[in-house]
Amino acid sequence: MVAPVSTAAGSGPQAAPGGSGRSWLAWLVVVPFLAYVGTFLLYPTVLVLAGAFQDSSGGFTPDNLAALTEGVYLQAFLRSVELSALTAVLGAVFGALLSWAVASGKPEGLLRRVVVAGSGVLAQFGGVPLAFAFLATVGFQGFVTRFLRDWFGIDLFAGGAWLFELPGLTLVYTFFQIPLMVIVFLPALDGLRPQWREAVDSLGGSAWTYWRHVGGPILLPAFLGALLLLFANAFSAYATAAALVSQGSPIVPLQIRGALTGEVLLGQENLGKALGLGMVVVVAVAMGLYAVLQRRFARWQ
Amino acid sequence: MAVVVRRLVLLVLGAFFLVPLLAMAEFSTRGAGGSRSLESWTAIGSDPDLVEAILASVQLAVTSSVLVLVLLVPTMTWIRLRLPVLRRLVEFLCLLPITIPAIVLVVGMAPLYAWVDYFLGDSPWTLTFAYAVLVLPFAYRAIDAGLSAIDLKTLAEAARSLGASWGTVLVRVVVPNIRTALIGASLLSVALVLGEFTIASLLNFDTLQVQVNLLGKRNAGVSIAVSLLSLLFAFVLLFLLSFVGGRRGSSAVEEG
Repeated sequence: MVAPVSTAAGSGPQAAPGGSGRSWLAWLVVVPFLAYVGTFLLYPTVLVLAGAFQDSSGGFTPDNLAALTEGVYLQAFLRSVELSALTAVLGAVFGALLSWAVASGKPEGLLRRVVVAGSGVLAQFGGVPLAFAFLATVGFQGFVTRFLRDWFGIDLFAGGAWLFELPGLTLVYTFFQIPLMVIVFLPALDGLRPQWREAVDSLGGSAWTYWRHVGGPILLPAFLGALLLLFANAFSAYATAAALVSQGSPIVPLQIRGALTGEVLLGQENLGKALGLGMVVVVAVAMGLYAVLQRRFARWQ
Repeated sequence: MAVVVRRLVLLVLGAFFLVPLLAMAEFSTRGAGGSRSLESWTAIGSDPDLVEAILASVQLAVTSSVLVLVLLVPTMTWIRLRLPVLRRLVEFLCLLPITIPAIVLVVGMAPLYAWVDYFLGDSPWTLTFAYAVLVLPFAYRAIDAGLSAIDLKTLAEAARSLGASWGTVLVRVVVPNIRTALIGASLLSVALVLGEFTIASLLNFDTLQVQVNLLGKRNAGVSIAVSLLSLLFAFVLLFLLSFVGGRRGSSAVEEG
Protein backbone atom coordinates (compact mmCIF):
# COMPACT_ATOMS: atom_id res chain seq x y z
CA MET A 1 0.00 0.00 0.00
CA VAL A 2 2.91 2.34 0.71
CA ALA A 3 4.75 1.38 -2.45
CA PRO A 4 3.15 3.88 -4.85
CA VAL A 5 4.19 6.78 -2.60
CA SER A 6 7.80 5.73 -2.17
CA THR A 7 8.36 5.06 -5.87
CA ALA A 8 6.52 8.04 -7.28
CA ALA A 9 9.79 9.98 -7.37
CA GLY A 10 11.40 7.29 -9.51
CA SER A 11 9.04 7.88 -12.39
CA GLY A 12 11.11 10.73 -13.74
CA PRO A 13 12.59 11.06 -17.19
CA GLN A 14 15.18 8.33 -16.66
CA ALA A 15 12.36 5.80 -16.62
CA ALA A 16 11.40 7.00 -20.06
CA PRO A 17 14.26 6.27 -22.47
CA GLY A 18 14.11 8.48 -25.52
CA GLY A 19 12.82 11.43 -23.54
CA SER A 20 9.72 13.49 -24.12
CA GLY A 21 10.23 13.53 -27.89
CA ARG A 22 8.85 10.02 -28.12
CA SER A 23 6.16 10.41 -25.51
CA TRP A 24 3.46 9.89 -28.14
CA LEU A 25 4.85 6.38 -28.49
CA ALA A 26 3.90 5.74 -24.89
CA TRP A 27 0.28 6.44 -25.81
CA LEU A 28 0.47 3.89 -28.61
CA VAL A 29 0.55 1.05 -26.08
CA VAL A 30 -2.93 1.82 -24.76
CA VAL A 31 -4.47 2.14 -28.23
CA PRO A 32 -5.55 -1.54 -28.57
CA PHE A 33 -7.34 -1.41 -25.22
CA LEU A 34 -9.05 1.89 -25.97
CA ALA A 35 -10.01 0.76 -29.47
CA TYR A 36 -11.50 -2.45 -28.14
CA VAL A 37 -13.42 -0.81 -25.31
CA GLY A 38 -14.57 1.91 -27.67
CA THR A 39 -15.95 -0.61 -30.16
CA PHE A 40 -17.49 -3.23 -27.90
CA LEU A 41 -18.49 -1.23 -24.83
CA LEU A 42 -18.84 2.48 -25.58
CA TYR A 43 -20.27 2.18 -29.09
CA PRO A 44 -23.13 -0.19 -28.09
CA THR A 45 -23.82 1.94 -25.01
CA VAL A 46 -24.00 5.16 -27.00
CA LEU A 47 -26.16 3.41 -29.58
CA VAL A 48 -28.68 2.54 -26.87
CA LEU A 49 -28.61 5.90 -25.12
CA ALA A 50 -28.86 7.90 -28.35
CA GLY A 51 -31.34 5.49 -29.93
CA ALA A 52 -33.73 6.09 -27.06
CA PHE A 53 -34.24 9.62 -28.41
CA GLN A 54 -34.51 8.70 -32.09
CA ASP A 55 -37.38 7.65 -34.34
CA SER A 56 -36.98 4.93 -36.98
CA SER A 57 -35.48 7.38 -39.49
CA GLY A 58 -32.95 8.75 -37.01
CA GLY A 59 -34.68 12.04 -36.18
CA PHE A 60 -35.09 13.30 -32.63
CA THR A 61 -38.23 12.26 -30.81
CA PRO A 62 -39.29 12.07 -27.15
CA ASP A 63 -42.00 9.51 -28.03
CA ASN A 64 -40.00 6.41 -27.01
CA LEU A 65 -39.35 7.76 -23.55
CA ALA A 66 -42.89 9.08 -23.27
CA ALA A 67 -44.15 5.54 -23.95
CA LEU A 68 -42.31 4.34 -20.84
CA THR A 69 -44.50 6.47 -18.60
CA GLU A 70 -47.71 4.66 -19.45
CA GLY A 71 -49.37 1.29 -19.95
CA VAL A 72 -47.51 -2.01 -19.97
CA TYR A 73 -44.08 -0.39 -19.90
CA LEU A 74 -44.77 1.64 -16.78
CA GLN A 75 -46.24 -1.47 -15.15
CA ALA A 76 -43.16 -3.47 -16.11
CA PHE A 77 -40.93 -0.84 -14.48
CA LEU A 78 -43.05 -0.77 -11.33
CA ARG A 79 -43.04 -4.57 -11.13
CA SER A 80 -39.28 -4.68 -11.73
CA VAL A 81 -38.71 -2.15 -8.95
CA GLU A 82 -41.03 -4.06 -6.62
CA LEU A 83 -39.37 -7.41 -7.35
CA SER A 84 -35.87 -5.94 -6.98
CA ALA A 85 -36.69 -4.07 -3.75
CA LEU A 86 -38.40 -7.07 -2.14
CA THR A 87 -35.64 -9.54 -3.04
CA ALA A 88 -32.98 -7.00 -2.05
CA VAL A 89 -34.47 -6.69 1.45
CA LEU A 90 -34.92 -10.47 1.81
CA GLY A 91 -31.44 -11.12 0.44
CA ALA A 92 -29.82 -8.44 2.63
CA VAL A 93 -31.45 -9.62 5.86
CA PHE A 94 -30.84 -13.34 5.41
CA GLY A 95 -27.47 -12.75 3.74
CA ALA A 96 -26.32 -10.61 6.68
CA LEU A 97 -27.40 -13.36 9.10
CA LEU A 98 -25.53 -15.99 7.08
CA SER A 99 -22.44 -13.74 6.89
CA TRP A 100 -22.52 -13.31 10.64
CA ALA A 101 -22.84 -17.08 11.17
CA VAL A 102 -19.90 -17.67 8.85
CA ALA A 103 -17.72 -14.81 10.14
CA SER A 104 -17.95 -16.04 13.73
CA GLY A 105 -16.40 -19.35 12.63
CA LYS A 106 -12.79 -20.10 11.75
CA PRO A 107 -11.41 -17.58 9.20
CA GLU A 108 -9.70 -20.23 7.05
CA GLY A 109 -12.14 -23.01 7.93
CA LEU A 110 -13.88 -25.35 5.50
CA LEU A 111 -17.35 -23.91 6.24
CA ARG A 112 -16.24 -20.45 5.22
CA ARG A 113 -14.51 -21.65 2.05
CA VAL A 114 -17.56 -23.69 1.01
CA VAL A 115 -19.99 -20.84 1.72
CA VAL A 116 -17.88 -18.25 -0.10
CA ALA A 117 -17.29 -20.46 -3.15
CA GLY A 118 -20.94 -21.56 -3.18
CA SER A 119 -22.08 -17.96 -2.90
CA GLY A 120 -19.86 -16.99 -5.82
CA VAL A 121 -21.43 -19.70 -7.96
CA LEU A 122 -25.05 -18.89 -7.10
CA ALA A 123 -24.59 -15.10 -7.24
CA GLN A 124 -22.57 -14.82 -10.46
CA PHE A 125 -22.94 -18.05 -12.39
CA GLY A 126 -26.61 -18.73 -11.54
CA GLY A 127 -28.91 -17.67 -14.36
CA VAL A 128 -30.48 -20.53 -16.26
CA PRO A 129 -29.36 -23.37 -13.94
CA LEU A 130 -31.18 -21.66 -11.04
CA ALA A 131 -34.43 -21.65 -12.98
CA PHE A 132 -34.02 -25.39 -13.51
CA ALA A 133 -33.08 -25.92 -9.88
CA PHE A 134 -36.46 -24.55 -8.88
CA LEU A 135 -38.29 -26.44 -11.61
CA ALA A 136 -36.79 -29.60 -10.10
CA THR A 137 -37.80 -28.48 -6.60
CA VAL A 138 -41.20 -26.79 -6.79
CA GLY A 139 -42.12 -27.25 -10.45
CA PHE A 140 -45.27 -29.23 -11.37
CA GLN A 141 -43.33 -32.49 -10.96
CA GLY A 142 -40.74 -31.12 -8.56
CA PHE A 143 -39.25 -32.97 -5.62
CA VAL A 144 -40.88 -30.83 -2.92
CA THR A 145 -44.16 -30.55 -4.86
CA ARG A 146 -44.44 -34.35 -5.05
CA PHE A 147 -43.35 -34.80 -1.45
CA LEU A 148 -45.98 -32.40 -0.12
CA ARG A 149 -48.67 -33.89 -2.35
CA ASP A 150 -47.92 -37.54 -1.55
CA TRP A 151 -47.35 -37.17 2.19
CA PHE A 152 -49.49 -34.24 3.28
CA GLY A 153 -51.98 -33.86 0.45
CA ILE A 154 -50.91 -30.25 -0.07
CA ASP A 155 -51.20 -28.90 -3.61
CA LEU A 156 -48.54 -26.22 -4.13
CA PHE A 157 -50.23 -25.07 -7.31
CA ALA A 158 -53.73 -24.68 -5.90
CA GLY A 159 -53.35 -20.92 -6.29
CA GLY A 160 -52.23 -21.10 -9.94
CA ALA A 161 -48.88 -21.40 -11.71
CA TRP A 162 -47.16 -19.04 -9.28
CA LEU A 163 -43.66 -20.36 -10.00
CA PHE A 164 -43.82 -18.86 -13.50
CA GLU A 165 -45.07 -15.49 -12.31
CA LEU A 166 -43.85 -12.81 -9.89
CA PRO A 167 -43.99 -14.92 -6.69
CA GLY A 168 -41.82 -17.56 -8.37
CA LEU A 169 -39.36 -14.92 -9.56
CA THR A 170 -39.19 -13.55 -6.00
CA LEU A 171 -38.31 -16.99 -4.63
CA VAL A 172 -35.64 -17.73 -7.26
CA TYR A 173 -34.16 -14.20 -7.10
CA THR A 174 -33.80 -14.53 -3.32
CA PHE A 175 -31.81 -17.68 -4.03
CA PHE A 176 -29.09 -15.59 -5.74
CA GLN A 177 -29.53 -12.41 -3.69
CA ILE A 178 -28.59 -14.03 -0.35
CA PRO A 179 -25.26 -15.35 -1.74
CA LEU A 180 -24.44 -11.93 -3.24
CA MET A 181 -25.08 -10.36 0.16
CA VAL A 182 -22.63 -12.84 1.70
CA ILE A 183 -19.95 -11.91 -0.83
CA VAL A 184 -20.38 -8.18 -0.26
CA PHE A 185 -21.09 -8.14 3.47
CA LEU A 186 -18.60 -10.72 4.76
CA PRO A 187 -15.58 -8.41 4.21
CA ALA A 188 -17.44 -5.67 6.12
CA LEU A 189 -18.01 -8.02 9.07
CA ASP A 190 -14.34 -8.99 8.95
CA GLY A 191 -13.57 -5.28 9.33
CA LEU A 192 -15.06 -5.23 12.84
CA ARG A 193 -12.12 -5.30 15.24
CA PRO A 194 -12.30 -7.76 18.14
CA GLN A 195 -10.92 -4.97 20.38
CA TRP A 196 -14.20 -3.03 20.02
CA ARG A 197 -16.12 -6.00 21.35
CA GLU A 198 -13.61 -6.44 24.17
CA ALA A 199 -13.88 -2.76 25.07
CA VAL A 200 -17.68 -3.05 25.34
CA ASP A 201 -17.33 -6.23 27.42
CA SER A 202 -14.79 -4.70 29.79
CA LEU A 203 -17.04 -1.68 30.31
CA GLY A 204 -19.86 -4.02 31.33
CA GLY A 205 -21.87 -3.91 28.08
CA SER A 206 -23.89 -6.87 26.84
CA ALA A 207 -23.99 -8.36 23.33
CA TRP A 208 -27.05 -6.18 22.69
CA THR A 209 -25.17 -3.03 23.78
CA TYR A 210 -22.38 -3.93 21.40
CA TRP A 211 -24.60 -4.41 18.34
CA ARG A 212 -26.87 -1.48 19.24
CA HIS A 213 -24.16 1.13 19.89
CA VAL A 214 -20.97 -0.12 18.17
CA GLY A 215 -21.30 -2.91 15.60
CA GLY A 216 -24.68 -1.85 14.23
CA PRO A 217 -23.89 1.82 13.53
CA ILE A 218 -20.52 0.93 11.98
CA LEU A 219 -22.05 -1.71 9.72
CA LEU A 220 -25.13 0.33 8.78
CA PRO A 221 -23.60 2.13 5.76
CA ALA A 222 -22.19 -1.19 4.50
CA PHE A 223 -25.58 -2.83 4.95
CA LEU A 224 -27.45 -0.05 3.16
CA GLY A 225 -24.83 -0.02 0.40
CA ALA A 226 -25.21 -3.77 -0.04
CA LEU A 227 -28.98 -3.31 -0.17
CA LEU A 228 -28.56 -0.93 -3.13
CA LEU A 229 -26.14 -3.29 -4.84
CA LEU A 230 -28.60 -6.16 -4.44
CA PHE A 231 -31.36 -3.96 -5.84
CA ALA A 232 -29.26 -3.13 -8.91
CA ASN A 233 -28.34 -6.79 -9.29
CA ALA A 234 -31.95 -8.00 -9.28
CA PHE A 235 -33.02 -5.13 -11.52
CA SER A 236 -30.40 -6.09 -14.15
CA ALA A 237 -30.97 -9.84 -13.96
CA TYR A 238 -32.34 -11.44 -17.10
CA ALA A 239 -31.35 -15.10 -17.54
CA THR A 240 -33.34 -16.63 -14.67
CA ALA A 241 -36.49 -14.75 -15.56
CA ALA A 242 -36.11 -15.55 -19.25
CA ALA A 243 -35.75 -19.27 -18.56
CA LEU A 244 -38.67 -19.31 -16.11
CA VAL A 245 -41.20 -16.98 -17.74
CA SER A 246 -41.87 -17.90 -21.35
CA GLN A 247 -45.28 -16.26 -21.64
CA GLY A 248 -45.85 -12.56 -21.14
CA SER A 249 -43.27 -9.98 -20.09
CA PRO A 250 -43.97 -8.91 -16.53
CA ILE A 251 -40.60 -7.18 -15.93
CA VAL A 252 -38.45 -4.74 -17.92
CA PRO A 253 -35.67 -7.14 -19.03
CA LEU A 254 -38.35 -9.41 -20.52
CA GLN A 255 -39.95 -6.39 -22.23
CA ILE A 256 -36.55 -5.74 -23.82
CA ARG A 257 -36.47 -9.36 -24.98
CA GLY A 258 -39.85 -8.75 -26.58
CA ALA A 259 -38.57 -5.60 -28.27
CA LEU A 260 -35.46 -7.41 -29.58
CA THR A 261 -37.32 -10.44 -30.88
CA GLY A 262 -39.74 -8.27 -32.81
CA GLU A 263 -42.82 -7.96 -30.63
CA VAL A 264 -43.08 -4.20 -31.13
CA LEU A 265 -45.44 -2.06 -33.11
CA LEU A 266 -44.34 -0.29 -36.26
CA GLY A 267 -42.72 3.05 -35.48
CA GLN A 268 -41.55 1.83 -32.07
CA GLU A 269 -38.34 0.14 -33.24
CA ASN A 270 -36.33 2.11 -30.73
CA LEU A 271 -38.53 1.31 -27.78
CA GLY A 272 -36.08 -1.38 -26.64
CA LYS A 273 -33.40 1.30 -26.45
CA ALA A 274 -35.65 3.56 -24.40
CA LEU A 275 -36.30 0.65 -22.01
CA GLY A 276 -32.54 0.13 -21.88
CA LEU A 277 -31.95 3.78 -21.05
CA GLY A 278 -34.53 3.53 -18.29
CA MET A 279 -32.73 0.53 -16.82
CA VAL A 280 -29.33 2.22 -17.00
CA VAL A 281 -30.70 5.28 -15.18
CA VAL A 282 -32.18 3.18 -12.35
CA VAL A 283 -29.04 1.04 -11.98
CA ALA A 284 -26.74 4.07 -12.18
CA VAL A 285 -28.64 5.86 -9.40
CA ALA A 286 -28.47 2.76 -7.18
CA MET A 287 -24.76 2.21 -7.90
CA GLY A 288 -23.97 5.89 -7.37
CA LEU A 289 -25.55 5.85 -3.91
CA TYR A 290 -23.72 2.57 -3.27
CA ALA A 291 -20.38 4.24 -4.02
CA VAL A 292 -21.19 7.10 -1.61
CA LEU A 293 -22.07 4.69 1.22
CA GLN A 294 -19.03 2.55 0.46
CA ARG A 295 -16.78 5.58 0.93
CA ARG A 296 -18.48 6.37 4.23
CA PHE A 297 -17.90 2.87 5.50
CA ALA A 298 -14.24 2.89 4.37
CA ARG A 299 -13.47 5.45 7.10
CA TRP A 300 -13.68 2.67 9.66
CA GLN A 301 -11.36 0.27 7.88
CA MET B 1 -27.27 -18.14 23.09
CA ALA B 2 -25.23 -16.84 20.16
CA VAL B 3 -24.11 -20.40 19.44
CA VAL B 4 -27.71 -21.62 19.25
CA VAL B 5 -28.75 -18.78 16.92
CA ARG B 6 -25.70 -19.40 14.74
CA ARG B 7 -26.51 -23.11 14.41
CA LEU B 8 -30.14 -22.29 13.63
CA VAL B 9 -29.19 -19.79 10.92
CA LEU B 10 -26.78 -22.27 9.32
CA LEU B 11 -29.35 -25.05 9.50
CA VAL B 12 -32.28 -23.10 8.01
CA LEU B 13 -30.32 -21.33 5.27
CA GLY B 14 -28.30 -24.47 4.62
CA ALA B 15 -31.56 -26.31 3.95
CA PHE B 16 -32.82 -23.48 1.72
CA PHE B 17 -29.72 -23.80 -0.46
CA LEU B 18 -29.25 -27.57 -0.36
CA VAL B 19 -32.84 -28.70 -1.00
CA PRO B 20 -32.98 -27.34 -4.60
CA LEU B 21 -29.61 -28.95 -5.34
CA LEU B 22 -30.73 -32.30 -3.92
CA ALA B 23 -34.00 -31.93 -5.81
CA MET B 24 -31.97 -31.54 -9.02
CA ALA B 25 -30.12 -34.76 -8.25
CA GLU B 26 -33.42 -36.51 -7.49
CA PHE B 27 -35.23 -35.17 -10.55
CA SER B 28 -32.42 -36.00 -12.97
CA THR B 29 -32.21 -39.61 -11.78
CA ARG B 30 -35.90 -40.44 -12.20
CA GLY B 31 -36.60 -43.52 -14.29
CA ALA B 32 -39.84 -44.98 -15.59
CA GLY B 33 -42.39 -46.06 -12.97
CA GLY B 34 -40.71 -44.63 -9.89
CA SER B 35 -37.36 -46.36 -10.46
CA ARG B 36 -33.95 -44.69 -10.46
CA SER B 37 -32.00 -44.33 -13.67
CA LEU B 38 -29.04 -42.41 -15.01
CA GLU B 39 -30.65 -41.98 -18.41
CA SER B 40 -30.71 -38.18 -18.19
CA TRP B 41 -27.03 -38.13 -17.31
CA THR B 42 -25.90 -40.50 -20.05
CA ALA B 43 -28.04 -38.54 -22.52
CA ILE B 44 -25.75 -35.52 -22.04
CA GLY B 45 -22.98 -37.17 -24.05
CA SER B 46 -25.26 -38.54 -26.76
CA ASP B 47 -26.95 -35.26 -27.74
CA PRO B 48 -24.77 -33.84 -30.52
CA ASP B 49 -26.27 -30.32 -30.23
CA LEU B 50 -25.55 -30.24 -26.51
CA VAL B 51 -22.00 -31.56 -26.89
CA GLU B 52 -21.33 -28.97 -29.57
CA ALA B 53 -22.73 -26.20 -27.34
CA ILE B 54 -20.59 -27.34 -24.40
CA LEU B 55 -17.48 -27.33 -26.59
CA ALA B 56 -18.38 -23.87 -27.91
CA SER B 57 -18.76 -22.54 -24.35
CA VAL B 58 -15.48 -24.08 -23.19
CA GLN B 59 -13.72 -22.58 -26.21
CA LEU B 60 -15.32 -19.20 -25.48
CA ALA B 61 -14.26 -19.41 -21.84
CA VAL B 62 -10.63 -19.86 -22.92
CA THR B 63 -10.62 -17.22 -25.67
CA SER B 64 -12.42 -14.62 -23.51
CA SER B 65 -10.04 -15.08 -20.58
CA VAL B 66 -7.03 -14.84 -22.89
CA LEU B 67 -8.39 -11.76 -24.66
CA VAL B 68 -9.18 -9.89 -21.46
CA LEU B 69 -5.73 -10.68 -19.99
CA VAL B 70 -3.91 -9.74 -23.19
CA LEU B 71 -5.79 -6.43 -23.29
CA LEU B 72 -5.57 -5.57 -19.60
CA VAL B 73 -2.14 -6.71 -18.38
CA PRO B 74 0.04 -4.64 -20.76
CA THR B 75 -2.32 -1.65 -20.57
CA MET B 76 -2.58 -1.61 -16.78
CA THR B 77 1.17 -2.21 -16.32
CA TRP B 78 2.01 0.54 -18.80
CA ILE B 79 -0.38 2.98 -17.18
CA ARG B 80 1.15 2.41 -13.77
CA LEU B 81 4.67 2.87 -15.15
CA ARG B 82 4.32 5.59 -17.74
CA LEU B 83 0.83 7.05 -18.09
CA PRO B 84 -0.64 7.53 -14.61
CA VAL B 85 -2.91 10.26 -16.04
CA LEU B 86 -4.98 7.58 -17.73
CA ARG B 87 -5.52 5.51 -14.59
CA ARG B 88 -8.88 6.99 -13.61
CA LEU B 89 -10.16 6.73 -17.18
CA VAL B 90 -9.17 3.08 -17.58
CA GLU B 91 -10.66 2.24 -14.19
CA PHE B 92 -13.90 3.96 -15.15
CA LEU B 93 -14.07 2.13 -18.48
CA CYS B 94 -13.33 -1.24 -16.90
CA LEU B 95 -15.96 -0.85 -14.18
CA LEU B 96 -18.57 0.61 -16.57
CA PRO B 97 -20.09 -2.80 -17.46
CA ILE B 98 -21.29 -3.09 -13.83
CA THR B 99 -23.66 -0.17 -14.43
CA ILE B 100 -24.84 -1.36 -17.83
CA PRO B 101 -26.91 -4.52 -17.52
CA ALA B 102 -26.08 -7.23 -20.07
CA ILE B 103 -29.66 -7.07 -21.33
CA VAL B 104 -29.10 -3.39 -22.21
CA LEU B 105 -25.65 -3.97 -23.69
CA VAL B 106 -27.07 -6.61 -26.01
CA VAL B 107 -29.54 -4.08 -27.44
CA GLY B 108 -26.59 -1.99 -28.60
CA MET B 109 -24.54 -5.01 -29.63
CA ALA B 110 -27.19 -6.44 -31.96
CA PRO B 111 -26.41 -3.94 -34.77
CA LEU B 112 -22.69 -4.26 -34.06
CA TYR B 113 -22.85 -8.02 -34.44
CA ALA B 114 -24.46 -7.63 -37.86
CA TRP B 115 -21.06 -6.22 -38.88
CA VAL B 116 -19.10 -8.84 -36.93
CA ASP B 117 -21.08 -11.56 -38.72
CA TYR B 118 -20.36 -9.92 -42.04
CA PHE B 119 -16.61 -9.66 -41.53
CA LEU B 120 -15.78 -12.63 -39.29
CA GLY B 121 -18.61 -15.10 -39.90
CA ASP B 122 -21.33 -16.11 -37.46
CA SER B 123 -19.39 -18.72 -35.50
CA PRO B 124 -20.01 -18.66 -31.72
CA TRP B 125 -16.35 -17.74 -31.07
CA THR B 126 -17.14 -14.16 -32.15
CA LEU B 127 -18.94 -13.87 -28.78
CA THR B 128 -15.42 -13.59 -27.33
CA PHE B 129 -15.57 -9.84 -27.97
CA ALA B 130 -18.80 -9.41 -26.05
CA TYR B 131 -17.71 -11.69 -23.20
CA ALA B 132 -14.39 -9.94 -22.68
CA VAL B 133 -16.47 -6.81 -21.98
CA LEU B 134 -18.60 -8.69 -19.45
CA VAL B 135 -15.61 -10.00 -17.50
CA LEU B 136 -13.74 -6.68 -17.70
CA PRO B 137 -14.70 -5.43 -14.18
CA PHE B 138 -13.78 -8.71 -12.49
CA ALA B 139 -10.51 -9.11 -14.37
CA TYR B 140 -9.65 -5.45 -13.71
CA ARG B 141 -10.13 -5.81 -9.94
CA ALA B 142 -8.08 -9.01 -9.76
CA ILE B 143 -5.20 -7.63 -11.83
CA ASP B 144 -5.30 -4.26 -10.05
CA ALA B 145 -4.98 -6.05 -6.69
CA GLY B 146 -2.09 -8.09 -8.09
CA LEU B 147 -0.22 -5.04 -9.41
CA SER B 148 -0.77 -3.13 -6.16
CA ALA B 149 0.85 -5.93 -4.21
CA ILE B 150 4.20 -5.74 -6.03
CA ASP B 151 6.72 -2.93 -6.30
CA LEU B 152 6.19 -2.60 -10.02
CA LYS B 153 8.35 0.50 -10.63
CA THR B 154 11.44 -0.87 -8.90
CA LEU B 155 11.10 -4.24 -10.63
CA ALA B 156 10.65 -2.65 -14.03
CA GLU B 157 13.54 -0.23 -13.55
CA ALA B 158 15.83 -3.01 -12.37
CA ALA B 159 14.99 -5.09 -15.43
CA ARG B 160 15.35 -2.08 -17.78
CA SER B 161 18.74 -1.10 -16.35
CA LEU B 162 19.94 -4.66 -16.98
CA GLY B 163 19.02 -4.22 -20.63
CA ALA B 164 15.61 -5.88 -20.80
CA SER B 165 13.15 -4.66 -23.42
CA TRP B 166 9.64 -3.60 -22.40
CA GLY B 167 8.33 -6.88 -23.80
CA THR B 168 10.76 -8.84 -21.63
CA VAL B 169 9.78 -6.78 -18.59
CA LEU B 170 6.14 -7.63 -19.20
CA VAL B 171 6.51 -11.34 -19.95
CA ARG B 172 9.39 -12.28 -17.65
CA VAL B 173 9.03 -9.83 -14.75
CA VAL B 174 5.45 -8.60 -14.42
CA VAL B 175 3.51 -11.71 -15.43
CA PRO B 176 5.37 -14.17 -13.13
CA ASN B 177 4.99 -11.75 -10.21
CA ILE B 178 1.23 -11.35 -10.54
CA ARG B 179 0.48 -14.91 -11.62
CA THR B 180 -1.91 -15.65 -8.75
CA ALA B 181 -3.92 -12.58 -9.71
CA LEU B 182 -3.91 -13.75 -13.34
CA ILE B 183 -5.06 -17.24 -12.36
CA GLY B 184 -7.79 -15.67 -10.21
CA ALA B 185 -8.94 -13.44 -13.06
CA SER B 186 -8.98 -16.40 -15.46
CA LEU B 187 -10.95 -18.69 -13.15
CA LEU B 188 -13.56 -15.99 -12.61
CA SER B 189 -13.78 -15.28 -16.33
CA VAL B 190 -14.19 -18.98 -17.12
CA ALA B 191 -16.99 -19.32 -14.55
CA LEU B 192 -18.79 -16.21 -15.84
CA VAL B 193 -18.54 -17.20 -19.50
CA LEU B 194 -19.74 -20.77 -18.89
CA GLY B 195 -22.81 -19.37 -17.11
CA GLU B 196 -23.60 -16.58 -19.58
CA PHE B 197 -27.02 -16.72 -21.21
CA THR B 198 -28.33 -13.19 -21.91
CA ILE B 199 -26.05 -12.11 -24.74
CA ALA B 200 -25.68 -15.52 -26.39
CA SER B 201 -29.40 -16.16 -26.45
CA LEU B 202 -30.40 -12.74 -27.78
CA LEU B 203 -27.66 -12.72 -30.43
CA ASN B 204 -28.77 -16.26 -31.42
CA PHE B 205 -25.61 -18.20 -30.63
CA ASP B 206 -25.80 -21.80 -29.41
CA THR B 207 -23.83 -21.88 -26.20
CA LEU B 208 -24.17 -24.20 -23.21
CA GLN B 209 -26.82 -22.21 -21.34
CA VAL B 210 -28.82 -21.49 -24.50
CA GLN B 211 -28.97 -25.24 -25.27
CA VAL B 212 -29.85 -26.08 -21.66
CA ASN B 213 -32.75 -23.64 -21.81
CA LEU B 214 -33.90 -24.95 -25.19
CA LEU B 215 -33.62 -28.58 -24.11
CA GLY B 216 -35.67 -27.88 -20.98
CA LYS B 217 -38.75 -27.40 -23.16
CA ARG B 218 -38.78 -31.07 -24.27
CA ASN B 219 -36.61 -32.98 -21.80
CA ALA B 220 -36.40 -31.36 -18.38
CA GLY B 221 -34.37 -34.27 -16.93
CA VAL B 222 -31.36 -33.70 -19.18
CA SER B 223 -31.50 -29.92 -18.69
CA ILE B 224 -31.55 -30.35 -14.94
CA ALA B 225 -28.66 -32.83 -15.08
CA VAL B 226 -26.55 -30.39 -17.15
CA SER B 227 -27.55 -27.49 -14.87
CA LEU B 228 -26.44 -29.39 -11.79
CA LEU B 229 -23.23 -30.44 -13.51
CA SER B 230 -22.41 -26.86 -14.53
CA LEU B 231 -23.17 -25.53 -11.02
CA LEU B 232 -20.87 -28.15 -9.50
CA PHE B 233 -18.15 -27.37 -12.04
CA ALA B 234 -18.37 -23.65 -11.29
CA PHE B 235 -18.24 -24.47 -7.58
CA VAL B 236 -15.02 -26.45 -8.05
CA LEU B 237 -13.51 -23.52 -10.00
CA LEU B 238 -14.38 -20.97 -7.30
CA PHE B 239 -13.37 -23.34 -4.50
CA LEU B 240 -9.92 -23.64 -6.12
CA LEU B 241 -9.90 -19.85 -6.44
CA SER B 242 -10.24 -19.54 -2.65
CA PHE B 243 -6.91 -21.36 -2.31
CA VAL B 244 -5.12 -19.71 -5.25
CA GLY B 245 -5.81 -16.07 -4.58
CA GLY B 246 -6.02 -16.28 -0.80
CA ARG B 247 -8.00 -13.45 0.73
CA ARG B 248 -7.30 -11.17 -2.18
CA GLY B 249 -9.12 -13.51 -4.55
CA SER B 250 -12.38 -13.15 -2.70
CA SER B 251 -12.35 -9.37 -2.95
CA ALA B 252 -12.22 -9.69 -6.71
CA VAL B 253 -15.64 -11.30 -6.61
CA GLU B 254 -17.22 -8.28 -4.96
CA GLU B 255 -20.14 -6.56 -6.65
CA GLY B 256 -22.16 -8.54 -9.07
